[in-house]
Amino acid sequence: MRTETAGGGTVAGDGAAAEPLIEVDGVEKVFSVRRRAGRLRRVRQEVRAVDGLTFRVPRGEMVGYIGPNGAGKSTTVKMLTGILTPSGGRLRVAGIDPARERTRLARRIGVVFGQRTTLWWDLPLKDSYELVRRMYRVPDPVYRANLDRCVELLDLAPLLAVPVRQLSLGQRMRGDIAAALLHDPEVLYLDEPTIGLDVVSKAKVRQFLREVNAERGTTVLLTTHDLTDIEQLCRRVMVIDHGRLVHDGGLDALRAAGEGERTLVVDLERELPPLEVPGARTVRVEGPRQWLAFPAGRSAAPLVTAIAERYPLVDLSLREPDIEEVIARLYAGAHGPAPR
Amino acid sequence: MARETSPRGGSSSGAGRIAQGVFAYGLIARMWVRSTLAYRASFVMMTVGNFAACALDFVAIMLMFSQIDALGGFSLPEVAFLYGTSGVALGLADLLLGSMDRLGRRVRDGTLDVLLLRPAPVFAQVAADRFALRRLGRITQALLVLGWSVSRLDVEWTVGRVLMVPLMVLCGTAIFGSVFTTGAAFQFWAQDAAEVQNSFTYGGNALLQYPPTVFAKDLVRGVTFLVPLAFVNWLPALRLLGREDPLGLPGWADFLGPEVAVLMCAGAALAWRRGLRAYRSTGS
Repeated sequence: MRTETAGGGTVAGDGAAAEPLIEVDGVEKVFSVRRRAGRLRRVRQEVRAVDGLTFRVPRGEMVGYIGPNGAGKSTTVKMLTGILTPSGGRLRVAGIDPARERTRLARRIGVVFGQRTTLWWDLPLKDSYELVRRMYRVPDPVYRANLDRCVELLDLAPLLAVPVRQLSLGQRMRGDIAAALLHDPEVLYLDEPTIGLDVVSKAKVRQFLREVNAERGTTVLLTTHDLTDIEQLCRRVMVIDHGRLVHDGGLDALRAAGEGERTLVVDLERELPPLEVPGARTVRVEGPRQWLAFPAGRSAAPLVTAIAERYPLVDLSLREPDIEEVIARLYAGAHGPAPR
Repeated sequence: MARETSPRGGSSSGAGRIAQGVFAYGLIARMWVRSTLAYRASFVMMTVGNFAACALDFVAIMLMFSQIDALGGFSLPEVAFLYGTSGVALGLADLLLGSMDRLGRRVRDGTLDVLLLRPAPVFAQVAADRFALRRLGRITQALLVLGWSVSRLDVEWTVGRVLMVPLMVLCGTAIFGSVFTTGAAFQFWAQDAAEVQNSFTYGGNALLQYPPTVFAKDLVRGVTFLVPLAFVNWLPALRLLGREDPLGLPGWADFLGPEVAVLMCAGAALAWRRGLRAYRSTGS
């Protein structure tokens, strides 16, 4: 949108590609947690939520940031936005030290917490945007242009006059994303932006993010549990576990490194010895039910046909490797930097 | 990076930050007023209820005086004067900062982070949180009582004495406001501490509505030296009404209100900064 209003003169992400927008150097965050031990005694325990994190994000890139719960994702985002002060290391966003100059940085970043709305519950959606305009002191023409574009791309026009409490989850999320973009942020942090949304809303949100990134070169850091978000939006993925990066690179590399095996669960008419099917191996037998593992890149169809031809098949189901499993594999040190 | 001289305030100066804070406070307070007006009937009922509850409060004192002529040596207009000054001071502080005791909840459910993402001082945002115009009810009622008492008091109104009343109220507002702020700051560590702070503010107000002479000396001492609420109205009012103070403090102590208010505010500011720093280093 900036590209439109400024007539192409200050296209973000064009000239400044050499300098990274986000710089993270050996950043640590140590929490001291008090835990109850016995009736009155309390033990102090150090928890390293983020442990020697180092990465760079160039201007205009869309990066996926994934990891299991408690891996340090939120802590990283909180440090990048200046909410939390790091315990060690160096951090710069657009040349600003977030912890020291939180309010100055706030004007240059946008944040969407999927689970937490910044919109005003009892007021029409439009009013929340007016607040953003005033609080961020967005110049009128910029505000108009940005709002119009968001309204158009996110189908917000019929929602502007509706009190936020009456919006559906998907509508509210779209409203929240628009609110984070009205002041032309250079970086957009998205924390679970598609959580709880239906398929249509998810697609809409993803399409919008792609366009924003392409149009104005907004740098996007996307935290999510939904691998489809990553697949459709990001060429680069960072995986964090136990506060450390265990993977930083392309999605293909991640897939190769992490994707393990799909599991076919078959129910047979009766108890049988472990099935023997080419391309799969039986990993578990429990009465008439058996578990067969096969490579994730392979289709399940030929396998099912083969089993149905030879054995008395009653029912079956398919299990995909989940992200926790992928990351567990990565962490085990198959690829990426080995854990120290 | 020459800009990094101010530790947390970003690039703006102290005065700039205050202006920024007042501006943000105004914006957020307006949003809350509009939010409450979304439920107009509820707003009207709450305001009337607030006023009525306060009004009944004073009716209790009037009923008491229908049986006695003086309370601790104070006449009804004199007690009304104490009641009014303390009530207006607390009312103003409550209107401006009264919702700060919700900070603990925000820390617990993580919504404080949303405030930290905005380009405005967190204090202003927390202070303006749930800004409620219905609190004008208490101020109105206390002002009425104060007005009535001033018209009935047997005091020779010199210029100095007239000026002393608003000054008293302002200092009182600052003192109560400091207690609100300190209490909120404490919630960065202990999220359920709201009640402790309420006992000092609302409880303190209930105390200050009566003459100090009716209370035990130790209580009066505590309210003077430990939590210096006595400077809200007791000490200056005693001077104005020409009364001896029960602790026998030197005469200049009656004029310490502004100094105490400034000290309390400085202490509250310090507590707030430490609390916020602790939050930002530990999270919730």
